[in-house]
Amino acid sequence: MTLLKVDALDCRYGLLQAVRRVSFEVEAGETVALIGANGAGKTTLLRAIAGVHRPNGGRVELDGVDITTLPAHRRVGLGIALVPEGRRLFPSLTVEENLRVAASPRRPGRWNVRSVLDVFPMLQQRRRTPAASLSGGEQQAVAIGRALMSNPRLLLLDEVSLGLAPIVVDAVYRSLAGILSEGATVLLVEQDLTRALRVAGRVICMLEGRVVLEGAAAALDRDHVVSAYFGLRKPA
Amino acid sequence: MTLLNAALQGVFLGAFYAVLACGLSIMFGVMRIINLAHGDIAVFGAYVVFVIVEHTGVSAFVAFAAALPVMVVLGYLLQLTVLERSLKGGILTPLLATFGLSIVIQNLLQLTFSPDVRSLGGSAGALTTASWQVTGGLSVSALGIVVLVVAVLVFGALQLFLSRTRFGWMMRATAEDADAAELVGINSRHVYASATALAVATAALGGFFLAIRSVFDPVSGPTQLIFAFEAVVIGGMGSLWGTLLGGIALGVAQTLGAQVHPQFSVMAGHLLFLVVLIARYGGGRIALRVAR
Repeated sequence: MTLLKVDALDCRYGLLQAVRRVSFEVEAGETVALIGANGAGKTTLLRAIAGVHRPNGGRVELDGVDITTLPAHRRVGLGIALVPEGRRLFPSLTVEENLRVAASPRRPGRWNVRSVLDVFPMLQQRRRTPAASLSGGEQQAVAIGRALMSNPRLLLLDEVSLGLAPIVVDAVYRSLAGILSEGATVLLVEQDLTRALRVAGRVICMLEGRVVLEGAAAALDRDHVVSAYFGLRKPA
Repeated sequence: MTLLNAALQGVFLGAFYAVLACGLSIMFGVMRIINLAHGDIAVFGAYVVFVIVEHTGVSAFVAFAAALPVMVVLGYLLQLTVLERSLKGGILTPLLATFGLSIVIQNLLQLTFSPDVRSLGGSAGALTTASWQVTGGLSVSALGIVVLVVAVLVFGALQLFLSRTRFGWMMRATAEDADAAELVGINSRHVYASATALAVATAALGGFFLAIRSVFDPVSGPTQLIFAFEAVVIGGMGSLWGTLLGGIALGVAQTLGAQVHPQFSVMAGHLLFLVVLIARYGGGRIALRVAR
């Protein structure tokens, strides 16, 4: 079953076109990695799917329903949650307040403050700590937990490893593995190619706003991905 | 004893300034809007109460209770119709928009009610005149006590609302990062409009206190705005308890200044405001900015 359908999506920042006629689909239960060099349009694409960037053309459908013009907060109600680049926690709110403010009364389910803290045990001691005084890894855990609080059907992860020590990235991905194994649908942006190929079932590679390569992670030749990533030769 | 009494009266006066400043502080804290029409909105609230009293003959307090929901709705609509659009235009546009709104409200009130000076003191019952002589030189007015108690209650309730309730967290979250708030399902437009509604309601409370403790006319707003603005700055921008203390500090400065010379009252408040500004931001930097 197709959960997310992106059709000929165009996104601009003024004169700069960040996303050019991008089309792809994500099946329910799939984990798809969006890869590409800096400035390829990955973050803009995720933000357009989440509803915080208004696209200039094309359509976004969730479960067959056109959501292209819906504001971001209504998309959360329909089951889309984005863990934004740079984490973007609410600094003066405590860990628990950051989580509880994101709970969607209309979307009850597996995730609540307790189950999030079970998945990220390092936050247990920090419940009453303002988000501003957390470490980077703790902040990332809160950001992911905050997105889970609305019990999303589609989880969008934007560079969760950015700015974190490798050992912390491993810990974050270990927690994510548990979430992924429960059959969540995830679209993630990841700079680390090896990690992206390991976590995802399918990979979409973007270059200068366009999709240049798409395929099952297991079937893709690494050299082929690398050349698509940097645009070294025209992909077949 | 005279000085002590002056300081005490200053606390009561300052509580009134704090109530006036409360909404200004909310709108700056949540939306970074400096609402130049805040004083005029307060006076507008006083006129709404005045109209209800004139037409029904009820006590000013009952009339205020009836006016409050009207002001809440007007505040909500003000955000959706004027302020929301102006916010999209950068930092300067809301300043210009509220400056224009200030002129519109003043002229509307002039047209409707004439420039006559009014007061609601007469319809507020014995409360406005009752007072107690504590000792020889120390007197406490019933109205002063009421204003002080209401001010503490309003600020306390707001503090609790922001720190303990889900909607309060939503408001703080939106104030800190509106984009991220949208991403966790918060309707930022609704939160902004609610903040403005709250600010307008407290402005109306300030206008009501103005109307029962002294007099008002269609152009009373800007003076009230200056006192409210000074209270916010003295207390520290965006801090609620700071605004309450800032208001009281301003009130005490004014009444103590009046002891020096009756005409020195308002000036003493301005001087305190300047001293706080220089102490906080450094005299050198202010001088630099003026020189530039």
